[in-house]
Amino acid sequence: MSLPLPVKNLELFNDIAQWLCQLPHSRILQLEFIQGERGRATMRLPYQERLVGDSRSGVLHGGVITTLIDNTSALSIFSLLEEPCGYPTLDLRIDYLRPATPCVAVYCTAECYRMGREIAFTRATAYQEGHAQPVAYGVATFMRRRSFKGEPAPLGASA
Amino acid sequence: MSLNLPLSPETLLGHSPYARQIGMKLALVDNELRFSLPFHEHNIGNDQLPALHGGLIGGFMEMAAIMHLLWIRESSTIPRTVDFSIDYLRPGLARELFADCSVTKHGQQIANVQVSVWQESPDKPVAVARAHFLLD
Repeated sequence: MSLPLPVKNLELFNDIAQWLCQLPHSRILQLEFIQGERGRATMRLPYQERLVGDSRSGVLHGGVITTLIDNTSALSIFSLLEEPCGYPTLDLRIDYLRPATPCVAVYCTAECYRMGREIAFTRATAYQEGHAQPVAYGVATFMRRRSFKGEPAPLGASA
Repeated sequence: MSLNLPLSPETLLGHSPYARQIGMKLALVDNELRFSLPFHEHNIGNDQLPALHGGLIGGFMEMAAIMHLLWIRESSTIPRTVDFSIDYLRPGLARELFADCSVTKHGQQIANVQVSVWQESPDKPVAVARAHFLLD
């Protein structure tokens, strides 16, 4: 990992970060943008009982972690872009390393480690403060959309 | 197979705030569990297409796989997801989404489950996924 540099286009990056947090499904999860630098982004998911997978354990459902990783990974791509462009997710693999500890927020830091002409490759870690072992790792690929009908639209998180 | 089950679609959903939050539905058809996700505005992840959130689609698929496993194993102990790998094939449009699950391998410790989600017809999947679950 190289030494940190600022995101390429701060205005674009901030717009996308805000957009990703304000999407209807992100609002349900109350996703928050934390920070970004060139090639990396961090988001936070506050603990909420209604996002629990099994009420007997109180552990957040894996699908919530999936959404957090998908959004943060998409955002890491936009830290490298000069111009807006659509980047739908092609595939995403999540390895669950341990159940998320109940009542504690989950952070995700994602890195776009290879920005190809058409494909962006990302890796992400979901983790909790005070816990050395991450909750999950996520590896994803995103495809640069070649053309749009009408205005170029900053499509990020979904296929 | 599913007679005298402690589990019903209602109990399965009753245990999972996340499944209720996203609006997941379960139904028994010909003694098989069917999964659907009626459209809700709060599941939108792309307000420009509009399309369902990719992460939500993954969450729905994982939940369906877990419930499918609970159902066929007649167990109420939630299997733990080891890994989950999803391929997004088409945008999930702003309408109902259906999930089909099949268990590829049901071992002593591990189950391998394939999930496919679709809208228009099962031969046009929106996404496919496979997952490994640790069984008790």
